[in-house]
This record gives sequence, structure tokens and C-alpha cells, in this order.
Amino acid sequence: MDVVNQLRRQFVDYYTSLHREGFVDDQFTQLQKLQDENSPDFVVEVASLFFEDCEKLINNMARALEQQQRVDFKQVDASVHQLKGSSSSIGAMRVKNVCIAFRSFCEAQNREGCLRCLQQVTHEYSLLKNKLQTLFRLEQQILAVGGSIPVVE
Amino acid sequence: MESCYCIEPQWPADELLMKYQYISDFFIALAYFSIPLELIYFVKKSAVFPYRWVLVQFGAFIVLCGATHLINLWTFTVHSRTVAIVMTTAKVLTAAVSCATALMLVHIIPDLLSVQTRELFLKNKAAELDREMGLIRTQEETGRHVRMLTHEIRSTLDRHTILQTTLVELGRTLALEECALWMPTRTGLELQLSYTLHQQNPVGYTVPIHLPVINQVFSSSHAVKISPNCPVARLRPAGKYVPGEVVAVRVPLLHLSNFQINDWPELSTKRYALMVLMLPADSARQWHVYELELVEVVADQVAVALSHAAILEESMRARELLMEQNVALDLARREAETAIRARNDFLAVMNHEMRTPMHVIIALSSLLQETELTPEQRLMVETILKSSNLLATLINDVLDLSSLEDGSLQLELETFNLYAVFREVLNLIEPVASVKRLHVSLNLAPDLPEYAIGDEKRLMQTILNVVSNAVKFSMEGSISITAFVAKSESLRDSRAPEFYPVPSDNHFYLRVQVKDSGSGISPQDIHKLFTKFAQTQSTATRNSGGSGLGLAICKRFVNLMEGHIWIESEGLGKGCTAIFIVKLGIPGCLNESKLPIMPRMSTTIHSQIAFPGLKVLVMDENGVSRMVTKGLLVHLGCDVTMVSSSDECLRVVSHEHKVVLIDVCVPGIDGYETAMRIHEKFTKHHERPLIVALTGNTDKVINENCMKVGMDGIVLKPVSLDKMRSVLSDLLEHQVLFEAI
Repeated sequence: MDVVNQLRRQFVDYYTSLHREGFVDDQFTQLQKLQDENSPDFVVEVASLFFEDCEKLINNMARALEQQQRVDFKQVDASVHQLKGSSSSIGAMRVKNVCIAFRSFCEAQNREGCLRCLQQVTHEYSLLKNKLQTLFRLEQQILAVGGSIPVVE
Repeated sequence: MESCYCIEPQWPADELLMKYQYISDFFIALAYFSIPLELIYFVKKSAVFPYRWVLVQFGAFIVLCGATHLINLWTFTVHSRTVAIVMTTAKVLTAAVSCATALMLVHIIPDLLSVQTRELFLKNKAAELDREMGLIRTQEETGRHVRMLTHEIRSTLDRHTILQTTLVELGRTLALEECALWMPTRTGLELQLSYTLHQQNPVGYTVPIHLPVINQVFSSSHAVKISPNCPVARLRPAGKYVPGEVVAVRVPLLHLSNFQINDWPELSTKRYALMVLMLPADSARQWHVYELELVEVVADQVAVALSHAAILEESMRARELLMEQNVALDLARREAETAIRARNDFLAVMNHEMRTPMHVIIALSSLLQETELTPEQRLMVETILKSSNLLATLINDVLDLSSLEDGSLQLELETFNLYAVFREVLNLIEPVASVKRLHVSLNLAPDLPEYAIGDEKRLMQTILNVVSNAVKFSMEGSISITAFVAKSESLRDSRAPEFYPVPSDNHFYLRVQVKDSGSGISPQDIHKLFTKFAQTQSTATRNSGGSGLGLAICKRFVNLMEGHIWIESEGLGKGCTAIFIVKLGIPGCLNESKLPIMPRMSTTIHSQIAFPGLKVLVMDENGVSRMVTKGLLVHLGCDVTMVSSSDECLRVVSHEHKVVLIDVCVPGIDGYETAMRIHEKFTKHHERPLIVALTGNTDKVINENCMKVGMDGIVLKPVSLDKMRSVLSDLLEHQVLFEAI
């Protein structure tokens, strides 16, 4: 059972580090609570949906901002709003924060600022994706060796 | 002549005499017979003759005389004895009747004479009556004229018309040459010719008011005859004619203040106008008494009519003034409303706009802090963070104050640990105080309840503000914080006369005193302390920073908590004591507090309440958010249906759904409209599902909009499991949820 404990400890450490570094917040913990026998893969499902959503939105925004002549800031703002909503639903704190800044640039119709934020968002998103995928892999590993996923408060 | 029976008379030589006698007798008899006939004829003709008996007597007398003379005709020749006897009888009768008549006439003739005098008397009387009739008729005419004049005068409320009509009608009635009205000027020292009969626009001809003749007229209520030579009567150009008689009468100008409801106006008014009436020149007409009376009556009527006109003018002027003022007030109100609306719009926008960049700055600066930095860069970033925190506090303060001012701030009541609040304040202030080598002591009265119901955050803010002020303004010494339950005697403070605390069973008044030994405040500056942005002049305050808003905000909070805050100081250098009293609820009472928000009691641990089979409809456009919400609800045992658009929502919603959760933050989909359409769809109240709004920010506007469209509650995202659980349980239990933060 050492392996299980080790894995579990790893999981807990990783999870706490995610929290500490601000990748996720309390909302993510809430999502964990919703995972039970009836919906064992709830968190993974939500996360996948989120990643899909993110990619789509980021592509939209990139396309909109590429326009040299007249950038449709309204569309960009709508996409950012969506992204903000999604990220706050899942608890992706950093992404959400960048979205907040992004929105103010949109309101100010500042193309440079928006592009910078877009870059940041993409960066944060890929970071988060990696982190979460690692987390999920750990979960799978624990389940594979017959352990149970620890609940971190 | 003697006549005998035997001797035959002979024609003597004086036969001629006899003949003439004979003829005369004949004519006498004739006459005597015809006179009564005439009498009878004429008497029969006249209707009344009171002396018939006399007539008969007289007739008899004459007839008999005539008979005598007739019979005498036969005695001229020889006549028989029968004739003689007849003659004698006739004579005797005649004698008797004539004596009787003579006697009767003694009575009758004085009577007849007196009839004559009576007739004369009656004739005189008739003449006199005729004269009097004439007089009465003239008076009646005059009376009619007065009535007509009054009617004319009183039929108009226009001052000018009244006066003009008066003059015209008077002139006509009395056939005047000239009629004029002199009004007193504004100064009251002169009389000005205002209206005349024959000159349409009299020149502003004035005479001083204190002439003896004018005084004479003013002192009597009657019309007074004045000399045509006095200044007020010189209205016509002087000519060779003799001017007619002039009469002047005073017209009292009554003021509104003269009229008391129950009394007649006393004629102690000081202002009179003068009416001057001139008879035609060369007419030798005189002023009759009745004419003077007419003039006096008219003058009185004019006075009353003028005062009515004056009252009307006043009231119309007042009404116009009021209307103008109303219009101005309306405009001012609308402007004020526009200004308020503009300010609210501004605040609503700034609320978001100011906070967002601040958050961004703070967030990004703190993120920056986490990265690799050189020491200089780190210092710079720390400074940026500190300044932006300060700025954020300032912005929050200002926005708080604005929302406090327009009354939109509401306290959030909950049960909290009172002792913990004080301990927390102490913990926060200890470091600063120890740096300044100030000793802080906290004394909590033993009867102070451990738990209380109130707005913990704002109470702590207030205590912290007051304590930090104490620390700020003290260079040395000690700070003591005392807290106890205020009893009713100590509640009424002479310094706070408008504070009427009413203790009751489920509330108590917390009194906190913070005493410091610092720089103190001079008494005249104390009142400035609680005004926004005002600072006392001492340099100590300048150096300590602070925008001066803190105490103003505290005062607002304390007022919201139905309390009072004040500062006592004995002067500069003698330290000061800040005292405030606030009303807190006592937990464990089941009464609801009076504040509109339903108090969120700190509940015991929620049992694992589940809502098996509760049908919930969720409308959210965002896929991730939708999935999370679904997960929450499924975990709680609900039967969840998901929709992503308003039309789909309305299509799917049925009376089986007990709760509908609508995300109102999504642009492009109007959550409010959906709510309204759901209301329309379900007219019966018990069939309608409860509608709850999910929103990402707490905005009063969103709050209001939700209430307006008839939503049953608002939930702030992100929603935790516990929050969703309590939301659903509150909702199902109370059918309404005010706000769940």
C-alpha cells in the first residue's frame, strides 16, 4: 500500500500546489465534491469541455484581433465574457484574472493591450491544461492501483 | 189804493199809473213763476245739491209771491169777494213762507259761505299735494339712478372701469358739468387728478393733500360744498361765466387688512380719494339734499367696489406668482432629478469601471511579485502594490460613502461573535501601536453578550477606524478601549438631543469608548470631524495622511445601526475620547429584525438535505457553466433539464418544473424577458415555477431589475455546493429568496 499512499501524497501535494500557485481556486474544490458514484468522471468531463471551449474562444479572438482595419471589439468582448464565465465556473483563477484585464482593454478598444492579453490567456490556458492533465493522470494512477482519490479541503 | 166792494172803480186820470202797475205785476208774476222753473231745471241737472228743502221752500215762496202779484191783477177792477178771499189767502201764505224762508236763510247762508272757504282750502291742499308728488317722483328717480349706478359700478371688477363708469353715470344722472376723481399718490402727500369726465387723459395734475378744504372734506362723511375757486375744483378753464356750485365728497380707499370677518370695516383708514362734482355753469341750479345724499351713497359704493377690485387684483397676482414659482420649482425638481440620475448613472458606471482596473492592477502586481525580480524591481513593485491598495481603499471608501449617502447601502445582518470582533481589532492595531510605543488595553464588560446580530464587517470597520484614529493622533501614552451594554440612563446624552434610544427585549445598545492621550482636539473643531474631507489644521493630521472620510463613513454606519457617535475632548494636548453607541440584536430571539433583509441566521450544520426528484430547469448559454450547475444539482438529487436559449426555455418549461435558474449575465440573451414570459405563461400562482437569477456581480441595478420582472431570488456565481443547497432549501421553504451571497 505504500505505492497508493505515495501516489495519494503526491496527489495532495500537487493539488495544494495548484491552489497555492493560483491556478485553481475554491470553485475547483467544489467541483471535486460533486464527483461521486453517480458521476465518477464529472471533473474530467467539465475540464474537457472547458478546454474545448477555451480553444474555440481563443481562436475566435485571435481571428477577430488579426483584422488590421477595424477590429470588432464587441465580438472580442463577448468571447472574453464567455471565457471569463467558463473559467470562473471551473475555478481557473489565473485565466479568469487575465480575462478581467482583457475586458478592460476591450472596453478601451486597445488592440495592443488585447493582443497582449490574448497571449497571456493562451499561455495561462496551456499551463492550466498541462497541470490539470497531470492531476488527472495521477488520479487515474491511484484508481489503477486500487486506491481512492483523497479529498482535499 | 183802497178797494171797496160796492163802489165801482172808475178809470181815474192816473190811469196810466194803473196801467203800468198792471203790466209790472204781470211781469213780476211771470218772472216769479219762471225762476223756480229755472231753479228746478238747473238743480235737476247738477248731481248733488244738499239743500233741497231750502229749494222747495224758496220755490214755494216765489210761487206764492208770483201768485200774489198775479191775483193782484184782478184787483185793479171790480172784483168779487172770492177774488178778495183768494188774494188774502195768497198773501197770508206768502207772508208765512217768506218769513220762514227768511228765518231759514239765517242758518243757510253761513253754511253756504263756509262751503266756499272749504273749497278754497281743498284747492290749496291739492296744489300742495301736486308739489309733493313732484318731489317724490324726483326722489324715486334719483333712487333709481343710484341703483343703476351701483349696478354699473359693481358689475365690473376692473378698477379703471369702475371709476370711469362712476363718473359717467353720475354726470348723466345729475347733469353735471364736470366730475373728477383725485387719488392719493404713493407717497400719500399729494392728490393726483386721475379721472375726469370730459378729458380722457388727464395730465398728472397734483395738489398737496393737506389743504384745509381737503381736510374739511376728508373729516366728514358727507358731501361738502366747496368753493369753485379752490385748487381741486379748478377743472375747467376759467371763463366769463359764473361757475356752478361744486361739491366734494371723500371716497375711502379700503385696504384688505381693514376687513375683519365679524366687524364692519372701521373708517379709520387713512387713505381717501376725493370726488369733485361741478354743476353746470350759469344754470343757477343748486345742490339739493337728495342729490348730496345720492353722491354720498355712490361714494360709499365706489369704495366697496374698489376694494373688491383690489382684492381680486391681489389674489390674481398671488396666483400668478404661485404659478411662476410652481413652474420654477418644477424645473428645479426636474433638474435635480436629472442631476441625481446622472450621478447615479455615473456611480453605477464608475463602480464597475473604477474597481475593475484597480483589481487588474492589484492582481497583476501581486502576480508580478511572485516572479523573479531584482531587489530594486521588487521594491518598485511593492510600492506599486501599496499605492494601489491605498487607492483601492480610497475608491471603495468614496463609493461606499456615495452609496451610503443615497441610502442604497443596507446592512448585512448576521449573528457574529462580538468578542472576536474586538479581539481582531486589537490584533490588527497592536503592531502599529507597539511601533509607536503606545499601550492598548481592551475592557469588555462582563454583561456584554458574546454573540450579537448585526453587520459584523461594518461594525469592525467602525471600531477599527475609531481605534486607528486614536493611534494615529497619539504620539505617546495609552489607548483604552471599553465596551459595555448601555443602560437607559446613560443612553440619553445631553450632547445628542435627537437620539432617542428605545431599549427592547431583542435588542441591546453597545457602547464603545476609545480614550487616547494624544494631541486632542479644540472644541470648535469637533463638529468638523464628521464632515467629509474636512481636516483640522494641525500639522499632525496632515502628516498622518488619510482623506478625512473615515469618520464620516463611521458616522453613516453608526446611523444605519440606529446609533450615535461623538467625540469629546478637553482641548488641544489633552487627548480625546471617541464614543459610539449602536443597536445590536440579541441572537436566540425569533422576532425578525426591522431591517428589510431577511437575516441569515448562522444555522447549524446542514444535514445532507437532498431534493429528490426536484425538477429544475437551467438556462445558461455557457457550456462549462451549464455543466457545473447541472453537476451541482444532480449531486443534490434534482432532475435537471438544460436549455441554452430563451425560446427553448419557454418551450420546455412546464408546471412540473419547480425551479428555473436563469443566468442573467449573458449578453445577447435577455434573462429578464424570459422571466417575464414565464410569468405570462403561468398565470396561476401555484403552477408557476420559482425563478432564480444567477449573476456574476452584485449590482443594485441587477437586483432591482430582477425584482421588477418578478424573479424570486438572486444567487451570486460562483455557486458552491453548500450555497446551492441552502439556496434551494430557502427557496422551497419560503417561496422567496432575497439574496444569497
